[in-house]
Amino acid sequence: MSLMDILELVLGIAMVVLGVVAVNAKKKITSVILLSALSMLAVVAFVIMRAPDVAITEAVIGSGLVTGLFVFTLFTKKNEGEDA
Amino acid sequence: MIQYFAIALMLVGVYGLLTQKNVIKLIVSLNIFEVGLNVFIISVGYVSGGIAPILTSQNNTSALLYVDPLPQALVLTSIVIGVGVTALALAFARRLHNQYGTYNLDEMEGE
Amino acid sequence: MKQAVSIVLVLLLGAFIFTALYFADSSPLQFKPYGDADLSGRVSQGYVDKNVTADAASEEPAAVVYGETKNAETGSANIVTSVVVNYRSFDTLGEVTVLFVAALGVGLLLSGKRRRQEAAFQPSFILKHGVRIVLGIMVIFGVYLFTHGHLTPGGGFSGGSIIAAAVLLLYVSDNAFKAKVKAFKIAEGVAGSLYVVAGLLGLALGGYFLYNFLPTGVVGDLLSAGIVPIVYILIGLKVGSEISGVIAGFATEEEAL
Repeated sequence: MSLMDILELVLGIAMVVLGVVAVNAKKKITSVILLSALSMLAVVAFVIMRAPDVAITEAVIGSGLVTGLFVFTLFTKKNEGEDA
Repeated sequence: MIQYFAIALMLVGVYGLLTQKNVIKLIVSLNIFEVGLNVFIISVGYVSGGIAPILTSQNNTSALLYVDPLPQALVLTSIVIGVGVTALALAFARRLHNQYGTYNLDEMEGE
Repeated sequence: MKQAVSIVLVLLLGAFIFTALYFADSSPLQFKPYGDADLSGRVSQGYVDKNVTADAASEEPAAVVYGETKNAETGSANIVTSVVVNYRSFDTLGEVTVLFVAALGVGLLLSGKRRRQEAAFQPSFILKHGVRIVLGIMVIFGVYLFTHGHLTPGGGFSGGSIIAAAVLLLYVSDNAFKAKVKAFKIAEGVAGSLYVVAGLLGLALGGYFLYNFLPTGVVGDLLSAGIVPIVYILIGLKVGSEISGVIAGFATEEEAL
């Protein structure tokens, strides 16, 4: 088993674990942040699979813009009383 | 290797869509599904030992072994459509929250 | 109970996908395992050799060489770009339309007289002043990405998204900031119409919609690949202004519901 195989194994397990935790998290903001981390790991997977174009796009959109949209939805003055 | 985990990630997304009752959590599950699907499609075109499909001054001829460019082109557009879908879903969630004061689907039914 | 049922359902789905992909009978269309993809059996080899429309069966295509090959079928050094904006440009036009409809839906759902929503958090000192330094670099990097989309990784989608991320940072760092949404809408409309006009010019000059009617030049030059860089710049402007408009819609709220 080469170093690359071990890296892929660790990456895949981390992605699935992050996904499960994000789905089952108690607080909404936790699952949003974990989704952002999951997208970042997906970027590493894209780079391993030689797809630099997709990696750049996913890095900007998946971990940046989508998280921003979620945060703007969750943190408004009206929602403050709720468990965000 | 990554291919199996991508399928597992898609299944996690389906599980989230089946069990969650919170609108925000549903949208997060949809996004997890999408990430898994994108990684899977890219992995279909991967050739072991291939190089990224860009001609440069080092890799300067098309006779070299490249990975498949077509899945990458498809996923590139799919990611951008994904952000549009997520934005639309979040806009719906916000309207629901304005109307009912909650993100939970069960609590909305009473009114 | 409900959770157990969902877990069983998901596992069944997983077993189905695994058997269908990896344990099916050997047929000509069998799914190749990870890393064993074979390009020569797919249309992709034509994309790599820039030899799709020519008579591929009759002669072995000459290899495309960076910096030497002139007037190739599409002069883009980035093969993904040549697929997205040249061979499958009509697909991309449809995709941009989908994004436009999504942005339109967001605009309809979050419409009305808008004012800046009161954020539940205050931007810190570092965020406020760091944004001023980073902002210019981000916009320039975005423009670089979509002007060099045919040579280096990146392109209209990622470049436009980086510009939208700059707008997002402006909104996060300043609680009173309001962008000019009308300017976004005008930029979006103009870029989208020019894309269609480029397609129609191809129809008039070359015989089919989105035909690459300009000379494609030497592979690897900045001014090469015909209309590919022009279309990618238009896509970059359109995607950037569209997502910026969506962010502006999310960062504001209706006045006194």
